[in-house]
Amino acid sequence: MQAVLKEGVARAANGDAPDTSASGIGEGEIAVPHTIPIQYAPKTDPLLSPVGWTVLAIFALITLVIVPGLFVFVPEESPFHVSAYTVTLLGKIMCYCIVAVAMNLIWGYAGILSLGHGVFFALGGYAFGMYLMRQIGRDGQYQSDLPDFMVFLDWKEYPWQWAFTDHFLWAVLLVILVPGVLAFVFGFFAFRSRIKGVYFSIITQAMTFAFMLLFFRNETGFGGNNGFTDFKRILGFPITEPPMRATLFALSAAALIGSALLSRYLIRSKTGRILTAIRDSESRLMFSGYNPLGYKLFVWTLSAVICGIAGALYVPQVGIINPSEMSPANSIEIAVWVAVGGRGTIVGPILGASAVNGAKSFFTQSFPEYWLFFLGSLFILVTLFMPKGIVGVAAQVRKALRKERMSEQSG
Amino acid sequence: MNSPVEESVNPNGSTTGLGHVVGDSVDVSHGPILYLDDITVSFDGFKALNRLTITVDAGELRCVIGPNGAGKTTMMDVITGKTRPDEGTAFFGQTIDLTRLTEPQIAHAGIGRKFQKPTVFENHTVFENLELAMKADKRVFASIRARRTAEEIDSIVETMETIDLLPQADLAAGLLSHGQKQWLEIGMLLMQEPQLLLLDEPVAGMTDEETAKTAQLFKSLAGKRSIVVVEHDMEFISEIAATVTVLHEGAVLAEGSMDVVQSDERVIEVYLGR
Repeated sequence: MQAVLKEGVARAANGDAPDTSASGIGEGEIAVPHTIPIQYAPKTDPLLSPVGWTVLAIFALITLVIVPGLFVFVPEESPFHVSAYTVTLLGKIMCYCIVAVAMNLIWGYAGILSLGHGVFFALGGYAFGMYLMRQIGRDGQYQSDLPDFMVFLDWKEYPWQWAFTDHFLWAVLLVILVPGVLAFVFGFFAFRSRIKGVYFSIITQAMTFAFMLLFFRNETGFGGNNGFTDFKRILGFPITEPPMRATLFALSAAALIGSALLSRYLIRSKTGRILTAIRDSESRLMFSGYNPLGYKLFVWTLSAVICGIAGALYVPQVGIINPSEMSPANSIEIAVWVAVGGRGTIVGPILGASAVNGAKSFFTQSFPEYWLFFLGSLFILVTLFMPKGIVGVAAQVRKALRKERMSEQSG
Repeated sequence: MNSPVEESVNPNGSTTGLGHVVGDSVDVSHGPILYLDDITVSFDGFKALNRLTITVDAGELRCVIGPNGAGKTTMMDVITGKTRPDEGTAFFGQTIDLTRLTEPQIAHAGIGRKFQKPTVFENHTVFENLELAMKADKRVFASIRARRTAEEIDSIVETMETIDLLPQADLAAGLLSHGQKQWLEIGMLLMQEPQLLLLDEPVAGMTDEETAKTAQLFKSLAGKRSIVVVEHDMEFISEIAATVTVLHEGAVLAEGSMDVVQSDERVIEVYLGR
């Protein structure tokens, strides 16, 4: 045994072994066979590092206390006042961040690229939007019990899919159930048929496109191409007043923190290791006795539900939901956020969604005609030069510096 | 040989779709652990397996050799559920009909497979690779709740000692040498605690020393587990002194001890003579 081990060391030292420097693992870590640890303890990975907890605490303080406080309680004349515009914009971006976290769960870890996540986001939005429409009451244009678009279509009563949507809790349940059930059924058939890779991406695009066409139709009962808008209140509280805006903002922040922690918890568990194993070598996993169907279906459905929740928080903040949210381009944009930030990490997708959407709101105000060019070139540049996204840049820079040092030494 | 088997009803034939059935223990009361009878597999008219009939006894160490395209890998695909035979029956023990189970169900029933190209989870550490392979409840919610127990860690450490990878326990498997990956995959099979191990070219790319050690490992397993090895390395095969089956054009050409097979005229013609 000793002889074999020594040989292994010799091979590593000769550079015969795979390039260890690339991954930042030095040779010294391989060459330790002489001190074989009798008591081996597997590395335990904490939920978050101390730095991670600190960042999380600061983020929570800002989003749950400082920003809502400055917005609600500081008078508008004060330089410390946070404007309603800023609160709405940040709240919206946090909803996108939640979507990115959900997308990363399925794409970054399980390696399944969905180009249809926009549909789950929109369905969550529509589910809660029905409740918001009911809350308008008789304050609409036509002063009817029915939403304006139904009056316009000369409908006399609510269609079946609107049943019980005047109950807040039922609407909240729908936010979870509708995307969840759709994802479960769709995923069951797709994964059972072992549809993978680009084929899966294409059928998810087709799915979101089909739903968009369906929701464009007036007969579907969701307001056609106008969708839902002109919301007045939630649980009787006016929706445009600062306290409600601040509440929605804080809820979005809490949902973002919750979904990020949940995905971190999941990835740390054995299930997380199995998901990355599906990404890396699905057949090995099957012959090891795992059925990938259950794992894929679980993470796919969970991802869809998180998207639905994000959609439900998004709609009351931006004040509108319409079928364009289901357009194929929207779903592709979600994938861009995650790729830009760095998939397979917890903070990457959040950084990506924030950076791209921050840039988007800047461009669409200052140079609206150039936004799509910017987005397209961003995707190409990131794919070419930042394969691991924003979070990978630090490691890339370190590696480049080390290479430079080494070439200086040898030269 | 096959008539009582064919008529027996398979208790594991039904599937739950999401989870997999935890099979009854393998019934080897009649001796053999693996029966393949009259198996035919054709791909676009080409018969990869042509009425292949092969029986492996419990505890046996069997080598399968044959020229390229003889059907060795296809045979493993049939046994592990990757390929469905067009005709014929495949039974694991007396009762488990392999042609009706999925890959994970077959793995669960007690058949482990090592691929020709070493296939490990490259981004996971050696420890995590073995942990994933370990015999356990492999359904989703069990995996979320799963916590490593001291006994589990001990058994993983034991396997890492067996395959000489304890010093590399926390190293990503992708950084191992080719021979070490081969060993890791063998170690993963051991963690699965299978009754039958199917090994496709397990010593390819190993040094002589590693090969010798692998032969030793397999010999120590024989008797406890049944092993089917596909190999080209004749020295390795004579070292593990197994019964040899020669495949040719999808069927058994010859079977017997190494000496018998090596002196067979037809075997010399199609395989050894080259």
